[in-house]
Amino acid sequence: MAKVKGKVTFQEDICKGCGLCVSVCPTKIIFLNKDKINAKGYHPATVVEMDKCIGCANCATMCPDVVITVERERN
Amino acid sequence: MAKVLMKGNEAIGAAAIEAGCKYFFGYPITPQSELPEYMARELPKIGGVFLQAESEIAAINMVYGAAGAGVRVMTSSSSPGISLKQEGITYIAGAELPCVIVNIMRGGPGLGSIQPSQTDYFQATRGGGNGDYRLVVLAPANVQELVDLIIEGFDIADQYRNPVMILGDGMIGQMMEPVEFKKPKQRELPKKDWATTGTKGERKPNIINSLYLAAEELEQHNIKLQAKYKEIRENEVKVESYNIEDADVVIAAYGTTSRIARTAISQLEKEGYKVGLIRPITLWPYPYDEFDKINENCKGILTVEMNTGQMIDDVKIAVKGKYPVYFHGRTGGMVPTPGEIVEKVKAIYGGEI
Amino acid sequence: MTIVFEKTRGLTDVETHYCPGCTHGIIHRLVAEVLEELGVLDNAIGVAPVGCSVLAYKYFNCDMHEAAHGRAPAVATGIKRVRPENFVFTYQGDGDLASIGTAEIVHAAHRGEKISTIFVNNAIYGMTGGQMAPTTLIGQKATTAPYGRSEEHSGKPIKIAEMLATIDGAKFVERVTVTTPAHVRRAKKAIKECFQLQLDGKGFGIVEVLSTCPTNWGLTPEEALRWLEDNMIPYYPLGNFRKPEEVE
Repeated sequence: MAKVKGKVTFQEDICKGCGLCVSVCPTKIIFLNKDKINAKGYHPATVVEMDKCIGCANCATMCPDVVITVERERN
Repeated sequence: MAKVLMKGNEAIGAAAIEAGCKYFFGYPITPQSELPEYMARELPKIGGVFLQAESEIAAINMVYGAAGAGVRVMTSSSSPGISLKQEGITYIAGAELPCVIVNIMRGGPGLGSIQPSQTDYFQATRGGGNGDYRLVVLAPANVQELVDLIIEGFDIADQYRNPVMILGDGMIGQMMEPVEFKKPKQRELPKKDWATTGTKGERKPNIINSLYLAAEELEQHNIKLQAKYKEIRENEVKVESYNIEDADVVIAAYGTTSRIARTAISQLEKEGYKVGLIRPITLWPYPYDEFDKINENCKGILTVEMNTGQMIDDVKIAVKGKYPVYFHGRTGGMVPTPGEIVEKVKAIYGGEI
Repeated sequence: MTIVFEKTRGLTDVETHYCPGCTHGIIHRLVAEVLEELGVLDNAIGVAPVGCSVLAYKYFNCDMHEAAHGRAPAVATGIKRVRPENFVFTYQGDGDLASIGTAEIVHAAHRGEKISTIFVNNAIYGMTGGQMAPTTLIGQKATTAPYGRSEEHSGKPIKIAEMLATIDGAKFVERVTVTTPAHVRRAKKAIKECFQLQLDGKGFGIVEVLSTCPTNWGLTPEEALRWLEDNMIPYYPLGNFRKPEEVE
């Protein structure tokens, strides 16, 4: 079965740190970055282990602030 | 063009159609139901839309929507129904939308009576709805004038982006008089490029709104509205006067009451009295300056209204304390008689009051 | 890599004022996406309510009217009757639609106005600080029901979808939610069907969206989603209550 490779981009400055994306990511790679505070005063959501992203877009589907852009390719 | 005999309420509808208004949203209430009924019959014939709304509140909000979408639109009601419309009216004024609202006044307060009155003068000229806004208020005294003011009213509304109210009493709505439909004076009317018509991908969205959460913005918006009202005051006053440079007593009256006053004046003149009349046609902007033309020796101004004393406040403002101001009124749907007015004028002459 | 999800043209660049995790954001996005996908964005005229989404007129990238509280269906009626070729929608909350605006929504449905309504039901009055709504659940606390809503005092919560489905002119009535990606996708499908109904000239359509209010429920955004699933869905069942095939 082909492995799906995904990539997510977060517009950190408009993230409100609500955590909904964190809760729906199937590979559990999204987290709120406690080391960062954005212009709004929130800990923005982010991904470090991008290689585990499958581009399912669950995160973007749940994001109320359209913070996330999702890309996908097949290997 | 031949004159045609029309009932006031129906003449309003015909005049609106003549002015290019094809949309009417209303609700039945006595004594103006003939107007929605007329529109229900006539608008479909010209591809317009008549809709009986579920309430006067819904009707004024439909007007708000249609006016925001850029069309000429009208609603009508009578006193208690106009009370219901106040919220919608202030939104229309705040959003700077043009429309014509007709109030065929009946006795009040509350449910009141179905007979004619002039009890909504305060409501029409002092707000009615919340906030610092003004309606252009037009008060016809006969059915021909009613027709002329409706047609011109749509132009005034479009020119200033403001609601216009036609204040009639039950008699004007019910009486039948000959009318002809004339073109009003030509006005330069601005394009309605602010209206919601769909962006077509060619412009930024238009937003119809009266909400300004930042106080500084709302203040600026109000300053803009006030500038508009100043312009209206300077350009749109309408008044008719008779013999005020010479009269010993001047009567101030509007609408059908002014006609009763005229009859009283004829009678008084036959008996040698010198009586004048100021008949405001715009109740807002009020013709304050006209009162400066009254002769110095006038004994007093008699305000005659079908209420307990509302326009009298504007008369007092107008005369600036120069003359005593008296009042005669009947209310509850009762109509003053010429005889009552004659007696009152004589009493003023005789210094009895 | 190809982009499989990006921001729709149906939303402006204005950042919303909604609380973190408020589902208004998701619902706005779905409406905007559907408007764009159906090709009606440039033809659309929306009507915003009074409530948390009072500023929706800043967020949708189409002509908008701000309406008085509850009156959006009447305003939309005025617009659609004079501009029948435009796509007209209202976006309303539970105070707006289910309290002050019940006459307006019932009669728009009753007349079969060719408009589409998105009804956001979060069982509370959000904007004004958490007062009881007609949709607040029995036992649920609100600032004007500090001891919890009591049936004896205030009656049971009102079921708008069921009620409107009894009206002949309401040709599409569906209740959805947005608590999981699957629900969000289903909600979008319902919105699309509802909007298509207007394009087909078939009549009035409404999608009731069960939504969260983390701030006034006193829960985190994620807890609020679960609270909705555990408490609101049992009372407000999801599903379609009316659609054209049944009506014909």
